[in-house]
Amino acid sequence: MAFDKMELGDIEVWDGNFAAAQALRQSQVDVVAAYPITPSTPIVEGYAKFLADGYVEGEFVMVESEHAAMSGCIGASAAGGRVATATSSQGFALMVETLYQASGMRLPIVLNVVNRALAAPLNVNGDHSDMYLGRDSGWIQFDAYSPQEAYDLNFIAFRVSEDHDVRLPAMVHQDGFMTSHTAQGVKTMSDDTAYGFVGDFKPMNDMLDFEHPVTHGVQTEEDWHFEHKARQHNDLMTKVFPKVQAAFDDFEKLTGRKYNIVESYDMDDADVTVLCMGTSVETAREVAKEMRAKGIKAGVIGIRVFRPFPFEQLKAALKGVKAIATLDRSSPNGTPGALFNEIAGALYNTDDRALLSGYIYGLGGRDLTKAQLVDLYTELQANVDAGKVTTQLQQFIGVRGPKLAFL
Amino acid sequence: MQNNGWDEFEIGAMLRSFDGVATDIALKQPEDRNYSSSNSFTASVADWRIEKPLFNKDYCIDCQFCWIYCPDMSIIARDKKMVGVDMDHCKGCGICVEVCPTNPKSLLMFPEQADEETELAGWPEKDKGEK
Repeated sequence: MAFDKMELGDIEVWDGNFAAAQALRQSQVDVVAAYPITPSTPIVEGYAKFLADGYVEGEFVMVESEHAAMSGCIGASAAGGRVATATSSQGFALMVETLYQASGMRLPIVLNVVNRALAAPLNVNGDHSDMYLGRDSGWIQFDAYSPQEAYDLNFIAFRVSEDHDVRLPAMVHQDGFMTSHTAQGVKTMSDDTAYGFVGDFKPMNDMLDFEHPVTHGVQTEEDWHFEHKARQHNDLMTKVFPKVQAAFDDFEKLTGRKYNIVESYDMDDADVTVLCMGTSVETAREVAKEMRAKGIKAGVIGIRVFRPFPFEQLKAALKGVKAIATLDRSSPNGTPGALFNEIAGALYNTDDRALLSGYIYGLGGRDLTKAQLVDLYTELQANVDAGKVTTQLQQFIGVRGPKLAFL
Repeated sequence: MQNNGWDEFEIGAMLRSFDGVATDIALKQPEDRNYSSSNSFTASVADWRIEKPLFNKDYCIDCQFCWIYCPDMSIIARDKKMVGVDMDHCKGCGICVEVCPTNPKSLLMFPEQADEETELAGWPEKDKGEK
Protein backbone atom coordinates (compact mmCIF):
# COMPACT_ATOMS: atom_id res chain seq x y z
CA MET A 1 0.00 0.00 0.00
CA ALA A 2 1.27 3.43 -0.82
CA PHE A 3 0.01 6.86 0.11
CA ASP A 4 0.10 10.28 -1.47
CA LYS A 5 1.91 13.22 0.01
CA MET A 6 0.02 16.43 0.58
CA GLU A 7 1.27 19.83 -0.55
CA LEU A 8 0.87 22.34 2.24
CA GLY A 9 1.41 26.07 2.27
CA ASP A 10 4.05 27.37 4.67
CA ILE A 11 1.17 28.83 6.66
CA GLU A 12 -2.26 27.23 6.60
CA VAL A 13 -5.39 28.54 8.29
CA TRP A 14 -6.37 25.67 10.55
CA ASP A 15 -8.30 25.26 13.74
CA GLY A 16 -6.83 23.15 16.54
CA ASN A 17 -8.73 20.05 15.51
CA PHE A 18 -7.58 20.13 11.91
CA ALA A 19 -4.04 20.92 12.98
CA ALA A 20 -4.07 17.80 15.17
CA ALA A 21 -5.58 15.70 12.36
CA GLN A 22 -2.84 16.86 10.00
CA ALA A 23 -0.23 15.95 12.59
CA LEU A 24 -1.70 12.43 12.85
CA ARG A 25 -1.54 12.14 9.06
CA GLN A 26 2.01 13.42 8.83
CA SER A 27 3.08 11.05 11.62
CA GLN A 28 1.57 8.22 9.52
CA VAL A 29 -0.42 6.77 12.42
CA ASP A 30 -1.09 3.07 11.80
CA VAL A 31 -4.30 2.69 13.78
CA VAL A 32 -6.92 5.12 15.02
CA ALA A 33 -9.74 3.48 17.01
CA ALA A 34 -12.24 6.20 17.75
CA TYR A 35 -15.71 7.10 19.00
CA PRO A 36 -16.21 10.74 18.04
CA ILE A 37 -17.37 13.28 20.62
CA THR A 38 -17.76 17.05 20.55
CA PRO A 39 -15.55 19.07 20.36
CA SER A 40 -12.84 16.58 19.37
CA THR A 41 -14.76 14.92 16.52
CA PRO A 42 -12.98 16.63 13.58
CA ILE A 43 -9.63 15.16 14.67
CA VAL A 44 -10.58 11.53 14.08
CA GLU A 45 -12.90 12.53 11.24
CA GLY A 46 -9.94 14.29 9.63
CA TYR A 47 -7.71 11.23 9.97
CA ALA A 48 -10.48 9.04 8.51
CA LYS A 49 -10.80 11.34 5.51
CA PHE A 50 -7.06 11.43 4.92
CA LEU A 51 -7.11 7.62 5.07
CA ALA A 52 -10.05 7.35 2.65
CA ASP A 53 -8.36 9.79 0.28
CA GLY A 54 -5.12 7.83 0.28
CA TYR A 55 -2.98 10.30 2.24
CA VAL A 56 -2.13 7.91 5.03
CA GLU A 57 -1.45 4.21 5.31
CA GLY A 58 -3.37 2.86 8.28
CA GLU A 59 -6.58 1.57 9.76
CA PHE A 60 -9.57 3.43 11.17
CA VAL A 61 -11.50 1.29 13.63
CA MET A 62 -15.08 2.35 14.38
CA VAL A 63 -16.05 1.18 17.84
CA GLU A 64 -19.07 1.32 20.10
CA SER A 65 -17.79 3.55 22.90
CA GLU A 66 -14.77 5.50 24.12
CA HIS A 67 -13.94 2.60 26.43
CA ALA A 68 -13.74 0.44 23.30
CA ALA A 69 -11.84 3.16 21.42
CA MET A 70 -9.01 3.20 23.94
CA SER A 71 -9.19 -0.59 24.25
CA GLY A 72 -8.72 -0.85 20.48
CA CYS A 73 -5.79 1.53 20.70
CA ILE A 74 -4.27 -0.59 23.47
CA GLY A 75 -4.56 -3.76 21.39
CA ALA A 76 -3.11 -2.11 18.31
CA SER A 77 -0.29 -0.57 20.30
CA ALA A 78 0.55 -3.86 22.02
CA ALA A 79 0.53 -5.49 18.59
CA GLY A 80 3.22 -3.02 17.54
CA GLY A 81 1.71 -0.05 15.69
CA ARG A 82 1.81 3.73 15.96
CA VAL A 83 -1.55 4.52 17.51
CA ALA A 84 -3.56 7.63 18.30
CA THR A 85 -7.10 8.79 18.95
CA ALA A 86 -9.00 11.78 20.29
CA THR A 87 -11.76 12.42 22.79
CA SER A 88 -13.34 14.96 25.16
CA SER A 89 -15.24 15.17 28.42
CA GLN A 90 -17.75 12.34 28.91
CA GLY A 91 -15.86 10.22 26.41
CA PHE A 92 -12.65 10.82 28.29
CA ALA A 93 -14.41 9.86 31.52
CA LEU A 94 -15.55 6.60 29.97
CA MET A 95 -11.98 5.98 28.82
CA VAL A 96 -10.49 6.38 32.28
CA GLU A 97 -10.34 2.69 33.14
CA THR A 98 -8.45 1.93 29.95
CA LEU A 99 -6.15 4.96 30.36
CA TYR A 100 -4.62 3.26 33.37
CA GLN A 101 -4.29 0.03 31.35
CA ALA A 102 -2.46 1.86 28.55
CA SER A 103 0.05 3.54 30.83
CA GLY A 104 0.60 0.49 33.06
CA MET A 105 1.19 -1.62 29.97
CA ARG A 106 3.66 1.06 28.82
CA LEU A 107 2.03 1.55 25.44
CA PRO A 108 2.99 4.77 23.61
CA ILE A 109 -0.47 5.88 22.50
CA VAL A 110 -1.09 9.55 21.71
CA LEU A 111 -4.51 10.83 22.83
CA ASN A 112 -5.70 14.24 21.73
CA VAL A 113 -7.95 15.56 24.47
CA VAL A 114 -10.01 18.54 23.43
CA ASN A 115 -10.84 19.81 26.89
CA ARG A 116 -14.51 20.10 27.75
CA ALA A 117 -16.56 20.32 30.94
CA LEU A 118 -17.93 17.23 32.66
CA ALA A 119 -21.66 16.79 33.28
CA ALA A 120 -23.92 17.35 35.13
CA PRO A 121 -25.21 19.71 33.87
CA LEU A 122 -24.27 18.59 30.37
CA ASN A 123 -22.04 21.10 28.62
CA VAL A 124 -20.01 20.92 25.42
CA ASN A 125 -17.70 23.87 26.05
CA GLY A 126 -14.16 24.07 27.23
CA ASP A 127 -12.84 23.72 30.74
CA HIS A 128 -10.15 21.54 32.23
CA SER A 129 -12.27 19.02 34.16
CA ASP A 130 -11.38 16.16 31.81
CA MET A 131 -7.68 17.05 31.81
CA TYR A 132 -7.69 17.01 35.62
CA LEU A 133 -9.52 13.68 35.64
CA GLY A 134 -6.54 12.16 33.82
CA ARG A 135 -3.83 13.59 36.00
CA ASP A 136 -3.20 10.46 38.09
CA SER A 137 -3.53 8.06 35.15
CA GLY A 138 0.20 7.70 34.48
CA TRP A 139 0.12 9.47 31.10
CA ILE A 140 2.32 12.33 29.98
CA GLN A 141 0.12 15.43 29.55
CA PHE A 142 1.08 18.22 27.14
CA ASP A 143 -1.02 21.37 27.00
CA ALA A 144 -1.46 23.41 23.81
CA TYR A 145 -2.69 26.99 24.02
CA SER A 146 -3.30 27.46 20.26
CA PRO A 147 -3.80 25.48 17.01
CA GLN A 148 -0.11 25.90 16.20
CA GLU A 149 0.82 24.28 19.48
CA ALA A 150 -1.76 21.51 19.04
CA TYR A 151 -0.03 20.71 15.74
CA ASP A 152 3.52 20.88 17.07
CA LEU A 153 2.92 19.06 20.35
CA ASN A 154 1.49 16.02 18.58
CA PHE A 155 4.85 15.40 16.89
CA ILE A 156 6.66 15.95 20.16
CA ALA A 157 4.24 13.60 21.92
CA PHE A 158 4.94 10.75 19.48
CA ARG A 159 8.67 11.33 19.72
CA VAL A 160 8.76 11.27 23.54
CA SER A 161 6.11 8.64 24.09
CA GLU A 162 7.60 6.08 21.68
CA ASP A 163 11.16 6.48 23.00
CA HIS A 164 12.19 3.09 24.36
CA ASP A 165 13.44 4.69 27.57
CA VAL A 166 10.00 6.23 28.10
CA ARG A 167 7.27 4.04 26.57
CA LEU A 168 4.46 5.96 28.26
CA PRO A 169 1.33 7.21 26.53
CA ALA A 170 0.85 10.95 26.06
CA MET A 171 -2.12 13.29 25.91
CA VAL A 172 -2.08 16.49 23.90
CA HIS A 173 -4.62 18.86 25.38
CA GLN A 174 -6.25 21.84 23.73
CA ASP A 175 -9.20 23.95 24.88
CA GLY A 176 -12.56 22.92 23.47
CA PHE A 177 -13.84 25.43 20.88
CA MET A 178 -11.46 28.21 21.99
CA THR A 179 -8.61 26.30 20.32
CA SER A 180 -10.29 23.37 18.62
CA HIS A 181 -12.69 25.44 16.52
CA THR A 182 -10.82 28.75 16.23
CA ALA A 183 -8.96 28.95 12.92
CA GLN A 184 -5.60 30.63 13.06
CA GLY A 185 -2.47 30.71 10.95
CA VAL A 186 -0.47 27.54 11.54
CA LYS A 187 3.10 27.24 10.31
CA THR A 188 3.40 23.82 8.76
CA MET A 189 6.14 21.32 8.12
CA SER A 190 6.36 19.39 4.87
CA ASP A 191 5.26 15.76 5.11
CA ASP A 192 8.87 14.57 4.88
CA THR A 193 10.15 17.01 7.49
CA ALA A 194 7.36 16.17 9.92
CA TYR A 195 7.75 12.42 9.49
CA GLY A 196 11.52 12.76 9.76
CA PHE A 197 11.11 14.41 13.17
CA VAL A 198 8.84 11.66 14.50
CA GLY A 199 10.77 8.84 12.81
CA ASP A 200 9.77 5.29 11.98
CA PHE A 201 7.87 3.49 14.72
CA LYS A 202 10.20 1.18 16.61
CA PRO A 203 8.28 -1.73 18.12
CA MET A 204 9.10 -3.05 21.57
CA ASN A 205 7.76 -6.32 23.03
CA ASP A 206 5.18 -6.30 20.26
CA MET A 207 2.71 -9.15 19.91
CA LEU A 208 3.43 -9.45 16.19
CA ASP A 209 6.99 -10.58 16.94
CA PHE A 210 6.14 -14.27 16.71
CA GLU A 211 9.63 -15.43 17.61
CA HIS A 212 9.31 -13.72 21.01
CA PRO A 213 5.77 -14.42 22.19
CA VAL A 214 4.57 -12.14 24.98
CA THR A 215 1.50 -11.89 27.18
CA HIS A 216 0.32 -8.29 27.58
CA GLY A 217 -1.95 -7.10 30.35
CA VAL A 218 -0.97 -9.59 33.02
CA GLN A 219 -2.39 -9.73 36.53
CA THR A 220 -0.22 -9.11 39.58
CA GLU A 221 -1.33 -9.21 43.19
CA GLU A 222 0.31 -7.92 46.36
CA ASP A 223 3.58 -9.66 45.46
CA TRP A 224 4.27 -7.68 42.24
CA HIS A 225 1.78 -4.84 41.70
CA PHE A 226 3.65 -2.32 43.87
CA GLU A 227 6.92 -2.86 42.00
CA HIS A 228 5.24 -2.25 38.64
CA LYS A 229 3.59 0.96 39.82
CA ALA A 230 6.83 2.10 41.44
CA ARG A 231 8.71 1.58 38.20
CA GLN A 232 6.12 3.54 36.22
CA HIS A 233 6.28 6.42 38.69
CA ASN A 234 10.07 6.34 38.68
CA ASP A 235 10.15 6.57 34.90
CA LEU A 236 7.65 9.43 34.90
CA MET A 237 9.68 11.27 37.52
CA THR A 238 13.17 10.71 36.05
CA LYS A 239 13.03 9.77 32.37
CA VAL A 240 10.35 11.91 30.78
CA PHE A 241 11.61 15.48 31.25
CA PRO A 242 15.09 14.87 29.72
CA LYS A 243 13.42 13.35 26.65
CA VAL A 244 10.83 16.15 26.48
CA GLN A 245 13.59 18.75 26.67
CA ALA A 246 15.59 16.96 23.97
CA ALA A 247 12.51 16.82 21.74
CA PHE A 248 11.81 20.53 22.37
CA ASP A 249 15.44 21.35 21.49
CA ASP A 250 15.38 19.31 18.28
CA PHE A 251 12.03 20.78 17.34
CA GLU A 252 13.37 24.30 17.79
CA LYS A 253 16.35 23.51 15.56
CA LEU A 254 14.00 22.14 12.93
CA THR A 255 11.26 24.78 13.00
CA GLY A 256 12.48 27.72 15.07
CA ARG A 257 9.52 27.26 17.39
CA LYS A 258 10.63 27.01 21.00
CA TYR A 259 8.74 25.16 23.68
CA ASN A 260 9.52 24.93 27.39
CA ILE A 261 8.32 22.53 30.07
CA VAL A 262 7.22 25.65 31.96
CA GLU A 263 6.51 28.70 29.80
CA SER A 264 7.53 32.03 31.37
CA TYR A 265 6.34 35.37 30.05
CA ASP A 266 7.56 38.69 31.48
CA MET A 267 8.93 36.75 34.43
CA ASP A 268 12.48 38.17 34.69
CA ASP A 269 11.58 40.79 37.31
CA ALA A 270 7.96 39.86 38.00
CA ASP A 271 6.46 40.65 41.42
CA VAL A 272 3.01 39.26 40.67
CA THR A 273 2.29 36.21 38.54
CA VAL A 274 -0.71 34.46 37.12
CA LEU A 275 -0.21 30.73 36.65
CA CYS A 276 -2.60 28.96 34.32
CA MET A 277 -3.06 26.64 31.35
CA GLY A 278 -4.72 26.62 27.95
CA THR A 279 -6.00 29.65 26.09
CA SER A 280 -6.05 31.67 29.31
CA VAL A 281 -2.27 31.92 29.08
CA GLU A 282 -2.52 34.07 25.95
CA THR A 283 -5.14 36.35 27.55
CA ALA A 284 -3.03 36.70 30.69
CA ARG A 285 0.04 37.59 28.61
CA GLU A 286 -1.80 40.52 27.03
CA VAL A 287 -3.04 41.73 30.41
CA ALA A 288 0.41 41.37 32.00
CA LYS A 289 1.83 43.71 29.36
CA GLU A 290 -0.92 46.23 30.08
CA MET A 291 -0.30 45.96 33.83
CA ARG A 292 3.37 46.68 33.26
CA ALA A 293 2.37 49.88 31.45
CA LYS A 294 0.58 50.80 34.69
CA GLY A 295 3.68 50.08 36.76
CA ILE A 296 2.77 46.65 38.12
CA LYS A 297 5.49 44.11 37.45
CA ALA A 298 3.22 41.37 36.14
CA GLY A 299 4.24 38.05 34.68
CA VAL A 300 2.60 34.86 33.45
CA ILE A 301 3.51 31.23 33.90
CA GLY A 302 1.98 28.68 31.57
CA ILE A 303 2.32 24.98 32.27
CA ARG A 304 3.26 23.15 29.09
CA VAL A 305 3.73 19.71 30.64
CA PHE A 306 1.12 19.06 33.33
CA ARG A 307 2.20 15.44 33.94
CA PRO A 308 4.79 14.66 35.00
CA PHE A 309 4.35 17.81 37.09
CA PRO A 310 7.28 20.25 36.61
CA PHE A 311 7.93 20.69 40.32
CA GLU A 312 11.57 21.81 40.04
CA GLN A 313 11.03 23.89 36.90
CA LEU A 314 8.21 25.80 38.61
CA LYS A 315 10.28 26.34 41.72
CA ALA A 316 12.96 27.92 39.54
CA ALA A 317 10.52 29.91 37.40
CA LEU A 318 8.74 31.34 40.46
CA LYS A 319 11.92 32.31 42.32
CA GLY A 320 11.71 35.86 43.58
CA VAL A 321 8.02 36.27 42.77
CA LYS A 322 6.09 37.94 45.61
CA ALA A 323 2.50 36.96 44.88
CA ILE A 324 1.08 34.16 42.75
CA ALA A 325 -2.44 33.42 41.60
CA THR A 326 -3.16 29.87 40.47
CA LEU A 327 -6.04 29.61 38.01
CA ASP A 328 -7.85 26.30 38.00
CA ARG A 329 -10.45 25.77 35.25
CA SER A 330 -12.09 22.82 36.96
CA SER A 331 -14.32 22.62 39.98
CA PRO A 332 -12.24 21.11 42.77
CA ASN A 333 -15.48 20.04 44.49
CA GLY A 334 -14.50 20.47 48.09
CA THR A 335 -10.78 21.26 48.19
CA PRO A 336 -8.39 23.93 46.85
CA GLY A 337 -7.73 23.78 43.11
CA ALA A 338 -5.18 21.29 41.79
CA LEU A 339 -2.71 23.96 40.67
CA PHE A 340 -3.01 25.72 44.04
CA ASN A 341 -2.12 22.50 45.81
CA GLU A 342 0.69 21.60 43.42
CA ILE A 343 2.28 25.04 43.63
CA ALA A 344 1.91 25.09 47.39
CA GLY A 345 3.73 21.77 47.45
CA ALA A 346 6.48 23.04 45.18
CA LEU A 347 7.08 26.26 47.13
CA TYR A 348 6.49 25.22 50.73
CA ASN A 349 10.07 24.19 51.37
CA THR A 350 11.65 27.14 49.53
CA ASP A 351 13.02 30.20 51.33
CA ASP A 352 11.03 32.81 49.43
CA ARG A 353 7.54 31.42 49.74
CA ALA A 354 5.34 33.70 47.68
CA LEU A 355 1.89 34.80 48.76
CA LEU A 356 -0.33 32.21 47.13
CA SER A 357 -3.99 32.49 46.28
CA GLY A 358 -6.16 30.22 44.18
CA TYR A 359 -8.93 31.04 41.73
CA ILE A 360 -11.58 28.89 40.10
CA TYR A 361 -12.70 30.27 36.74
CA GLY A 362 -14.13 29.55 33.30
CA LEU A 363 -16.21 26.47 34.09
CA GLY A 364 -18.26 25.16 31.19
CA GLY A 365 -16.64 27.57 28.75
CA ARG A 366 -17.36 30.78 30.70
CA ASP A 367 -15.07 33.47 29.29
CA LEU A 368 -12.13 34.76 31.27
CA THR A 369 -12.08 38.45 30.40
CA LYS A 370 -9.18 40.85 30.38
CA ALA A 371 -11.05 43.03 32.89
CA GLN A 372 -11.17 40.11 35.32
CA LEU A 373 -7.44 39.58 34.93
CA VAL A 374 -6.78 43.29 35.52
CA ASP A 375 -8.68 42.98 38.80
CA LEU A 376 -6.74 39.83 39.61
CA TYR A 377 -3.33 41.41 39.08
CA THR A 378 -4.46 44.44 41.08
CA GLU A 379 -5.48 42.12 43.92
CA LEU A 380 -2.10 40.37 43.79
CA GLN A 381 -0.31 43.71 43.98
CA ALA A 382 -2.45 44.60 47.00
CA ASN A 383 -1.30 41.36 48.61
CA VAL A 384 2.32 42.29 47.93
CA ASP A 385 1.80 45.78 49.38
CA ALA A 386 0.12 44.36 52.49
CA GLY A 387 2.71 41.58 52.88
CA LYS A 388 -0.06 39.01 53.25
CA VAL A 389 -2.92 37.49 51.31
CA THR A 390 -5.70 40.04 51.82
CA THR A 391 -8.45 37.82 50.45
CA GLN A 392 -9.60 34.34 51.23
CA LEU A 393 -7.36 31.70 49.68
CA GLN A 394 -9.92 30.39 47.22
CA GLN A 395 -12.07 32.68 45.13
CA PHE A 396 -14.35 32.23 42.14
CA ILE A 397 -14.01 34.47 39.10
CA GLY A 398 -16.93 35.27 36.82
CA VAL A 399 -19.71 33.37 38.54
CA ARG A 400 -23.07 35.14 39.03
CA GLY A 401 -24.53 35.70 42.49
CA PRO A 402 -22.98 36.64 45.83
CA LYS A 403 -19.19 36.56 45.87
CA LEU A 404 -17.87 33.04 46.46
CA ALA A 405 -14.71 32.70 48.51
CA PHE A 406 -13.45 30.07 50.90
CA LEU A 407 -10.60 29.17 53.20
CA MET B 1 9.86 -16.77 40.08
CA GLN B 2 12.34 -14.56 41.84
CA ASN B 3 10.97 -11.61 43.77
CA ASN B 4 12.93 -8.97 41.87
CA GLY B 5 13.01 -5.29 42.83
CA TRP B 6 11.16 -2.59 40.92
CA ASP B 7 14.15 -1.94 38.62
CA GLU B 8 14.86 -5.58 37.85
CA PHE B 9 12.23 -6.53 35.29
CA GLU B 10 11.09 -5.49 31.84
CA ILE B 11 8.67 -2.56 31.73
CA GLY B 12 4.97 -3.01 31.12
CA ALA B 13 2.41 -5.51 32.33
CA MET B 14 4.10 -8.01 30.06
CA LEU B 15 5.54 -11.49 30.44
CA ARG B 16 7.51 -13.60 27.99
CA SER B 17 6.33 -17.12 27.22
CA PHE B 18 9.78 -18.45 26.35
CA ASP B 19 13.40 -17.73 27.11
CA GLY B 20 15.18 -16.65 23.93
CA VAL B 21 13.89 -17.12 20.42
CA ALA B 22 10.91 -19.41 19.90
CA THR B 23 11.07 -20.89 16.41
CA ASP B 24 8.75 -23.64 15.16
CA ILE B 25 7.41 -23.84 18.69
CA ALA B 26 4.18 -25.52 17.57
CA LEU B 27 6.19 -28.48 16.28
CA LYS B 28 7.89 -29.09 19.64
CA GLN B 29 6.47 -31.08 22.55
CA PRO B 30 5.94 -29.06 25.73
CA GLU B 31 8.87 -30.78 27.46
CA ASP B 32 11.17 -29.64 24.64
CA ARG B 33 10.10 -25.98 24.73
CA ASN B 34 12.18 -23.35 26.49
CA TYR B 35 9.32 -22.05 28.63
CA SER B 36 10.23 -19.00 30.72
CA SER B 37 9.91 -18.99 34.49
CA SER B 38 6.89 -16.69 34.10
CA ASN B 39 5.05 -19.16 31.85
CA SER B 40 2.25 -21.04 33.60
CA PHE B 41 3.80 -24.29 32.31
CA THR B 42 6.57 -23.91 34.88
CA ALA B 43 4.17 -23.29 37.77
CA SER B 44 2.49 -26.14 39.63
CA VAL B 45 -1.16 -25.72 40.55
CA ALA B 46 -1.43 -29.25 41.93
CA ASP B 47 -2.42 -27.87 45.33
CA TRP B 48 -5.70 -26.58 43.90
CA ARG B 49 -6.85 -30.20 43.59
CA ILE B 50 -8.81 -32.13 46.22
CA GLU B 51 -9.67 -35.07 43.96
CA LYS B 52 -7.38 -36.50 41.30
CA PRO B 53 -8.00 -38.58 38.19
CA LEU B 54 -6.14 -41.91 37.95
CA PHE B 55 -5.54 -43.53 34.58
CA ASN B 56 -5.84 -47.26 33.98
CA LYS B 57 -4.29 -48.02 30.60
CA ASP B 58 -5.68 -51.60 30.57
CA TYR B 59 -9.11 -50.31 29.51
CA CYS B 60 -8.13 -47.25 27.45
CA ILE B 61 -9.04 -47.36 23.73
CA ASP B 62 -7.11 -44.14 22.89
CA CYS B 63 -10.25 -42.41 21.68
CA GLN B 64 -8.71 -39.08 22.80
CA PHE B 65 -11.99 -37.78 24.27
CA CYS B 66 -10.22 -36.84 27.52
CA TRP B 67 -7.45 -35.06 25.58
CA ILE B 68 -10.01 -33.05 23.62
CA TYR B 69 -12.24 -32.17 26.58
CA CYS B 70 -9.61 -31.39 29.22
CA PRO B 71 -9.90 -27.61 29.79
CA ASP B 72 -6.31 -27.34 31.01
CA MET B 73 -4.37 -29.40 28.44
CA SER B 74 -3.45 -31.74 31.27
CA ILE B 75 -3.98 -35.00 29.36
CA ILE B 76 -0.64 -36.09 27.97
CA ALA B 77 -0.94 -37.89 24.64
CA ARG B 78 1.77 -38.87 22.20
CA ASP B 79 1.19 -40.22 18.68
CA LYS B 80 -2.52 -40.31 19.46
CA LYS B 81 -1.90 -42.63 22.42
CA MET B 82 -3.00 -41.64 25.93
CA VAL B 83 0.08 -41.46 28.15
CA GLY B 84 -1.20 -40.05 31.43
CA VAL B 85 -2.23 -36.95 33.31
CA ASP B 86 -0.05 -33.86 33.88
CA MET B 87 -0.45 -33.76 37.67
CA ASP B 88 1.29 -30.34 37.95
CA HIS B 89 -1.55 -28.68 36.04
CA CYS B 90 -4.58 -30.92 36.53
CA LYS B 91 -7.07 -29.16 38.85
CA GLY B 92 -9.21 -32.25 39.40
CA CYS B 93 -12.35 -31.08 37.59
CA GLY B 94 -13.29 -34.64 36.57
CA ILE B 95 -14.32 -33.84 32.99
CA CYS B 96 -11.93 -36.49 31.61
CA VAL B 97 -13.69 -39.12 33.73
CA GLU B 98 -17.10 -37.88 32.67
CA VAL B 99 -16.32 -38.18 28.94
CA CYS B 100 -14.42 -41.50 29.12
CA PRO B 101 -16.55 -44.01 27.09
CA THR B 102 -14.97 -47.32 28.14
CA ASN B 103 -16.53 -49.85 30.48
CA PRO B 104 -15.16 -49.78 33.08
CA LYS B 105 -13.90 -46.20 32.71
CA SER B 106 -10.17 -45.81 32.08
CA LEU B 107 -10.10 -42.68 34.23
CA LEU B 108 -11.68 -42.41 37.68
CA MET B 109 -11.59 -39.75 40.38
CA PHE B 110 -10.02 -40.55 43.77
CA PRO B 111 -9.20 -38.50 46.86
CA GLU B 112 -5.94 -36.62 46.40
CA GLN B 113 -4.17 -38.75 49.02
CA ALA B 114 -5.28 -42.11 47.47
CA ASP B 115 -2.47 -44.54 46.58
CA GLU B 116 -2.25 -45.20 42.84
CA GLU B 117 -1.10 -48.84 43.02
CA THR B 118 -3.82 -49.76 45.51
CA GLU B 119 -6.56 -48.09 43.47
CA LEU B 120 -5.40 -49.66 40.19
CA ALA B 121 -5.38 -53.06 41.87
CA GLY B 122 -8.93 -52.51 43.07
CA TRP B 123 -10.25 -51.00 39.78
CA PRO B 124 -14.00 -51.72 39.25
CA GLU B 125 -15.08 -54.64 37.05
CA LYS B 126 -16.98 -54.20 33.80
CA ASP B 127 -20.56 -53.10 34.44
CA LYS B 128 -22.67 -55.80 32.72
CA GLY B 129 -25.85 -53.81 33.00
CA GLU B 130 -27.52 -56.45 35.26
CA LYS B 131 -29.99 -55.20 37.81
